[in-house]
Amino acid sequence: MLELKNLTKQYDTNMIFKNLNLTVPDGEVLSIVGPSGIGKTTLLKIVAGLETANAGEMFLDNKAVSVSEERNTADIGLIFQDFNLFPNYTVLDNVMLAPITVQKMAKDQAKKLARELLHSLGLSDKEKLFPYQLSGGQKQRVAIARALAMQPQILAYDEPTSGLDEQSTYQVAEIIKDLKKEECDAIGDYTR
Amino acid sequence: MAYLLEILPSLLNGLQSTLGVFFVTLIGSIPLGILVSLGLRSEFFTIRWLLNGYIWIMRGTPLLLQLIFIYYGLGMMGISFPRFEAAVIAFIINYAAYLAEIFRGGLQSVPKGQYDAAKVLGFNKIQTFFKIILPQVIKIVVPSVGNEVINLVKDTSLVYVIGLGDILRAGNIAASRDVTLVPYLLVGLLYLLMTAIVTLVLRNSEKRLNIWR
Repeated sequence: MLELKNLTKQYDTNMIFKNLNLTVPDGEVLSIVGPSGIGKTTLLKIVAGLETANAGEMFLDNKAVSVSEERNTADIGLIFQDFNLFPNYTVLDNVMLAPITVQKMAKDQAKKLARELLHSLGLSDKEKLFPYQLSGGQKQRVAIARALAMQPQILAYDEPTSGLDEQSTYQVAEIIKDLKKEECDAIGDYTR
Repeated sequence: MAYLLEILPSLLNGLQSTLGVFFVTLIGSIPLGILVSLGLRSEFFTIRWLLNGYIWIMRGTPLLLQLIFIYYGLGMMGISFPRFEAAVIAFIINYAAYLAEIFRGGLQSVPKGQYDAAKVLGFNKIQTFFKIILPQVIKIVVPSVGNEVINLVKDTSLVYVIGLGDILRAGNIAASRDVTLVPYLLVGLLYLLMTAIVTLVLRNSEKRLNIWR
């Protein structure tokens, strides 16, 4: 469960949000919808540890997590709008790299995990390709597999279907729904 | 032909020094250039200021002058190096300055999203640099570094100024002794051969790196 209490973010004199409170219960998907520039991405970045908040608290399964400093932690995965796959690695390596490097998982085990994830996301036949050889929807699914390989408690999606065609949008939405069943909470934002 | 065979051993002897300076400079200047480029992004103003000063001096004065300063100038101040060591010190610190600027440009070309992606996956700074950023920087900088490497092949001829017996010096001695320009032609051909080999190696590296974009 993710809880944000009185979260405040401002850049100089520009207040992005003030005293924001929200809760994402276990197994739930929370969508944040709103016009461009209201701080949806900023909120997700704070949750994922890429940005700091000026005030407020965050709790992950009732444990306090600092929002006043940037963090290197994979507890909360973030799927980026523009995927940010590592271009110099194949699809399989993109998914395996963090478990091997960060979690020190054995290479065979990481490969098995990566293949299972890619299979579940319908990407088994793409494992040897590089990101530039994939469509937008496929890149998005690789990004999801890469985040899931680190077994995050929360998965945050920044405009996950932006720029995708109708079919890819549907596929990604289905994946997010399926992940919910697998006890990975989700928080996402959409521009309206 | 007989004359070419007669002067070839002395030219090949000079070639050893040329190749020595070339390879030692390459091995020393690339890591130093990477370190300096990272230092240029330091959050500490003093480090950035010092490194910018170093690059300004190295790029703002001729390599020939730097060679003279390190061999003769420092020698007069009581810090003396043998000729070869003086040559490679001058070359390494000069080339590292140029390479640092190239690597700095390469580092700036890697999108911020790559750092963000590494961070949310839990990579620390060192892992991010070596696993994610450096391979991308290498691909970006290979053509520019290649130009510098080809320049280096030719710049090694400057070591004549401190009396190091390189290939050009060997050719010069033969030309003066035998009153002919033929040794220079042979020297030119040997430089062309060296740059051709370097070009081939660089093209191969670029081709191998082009498997991803």
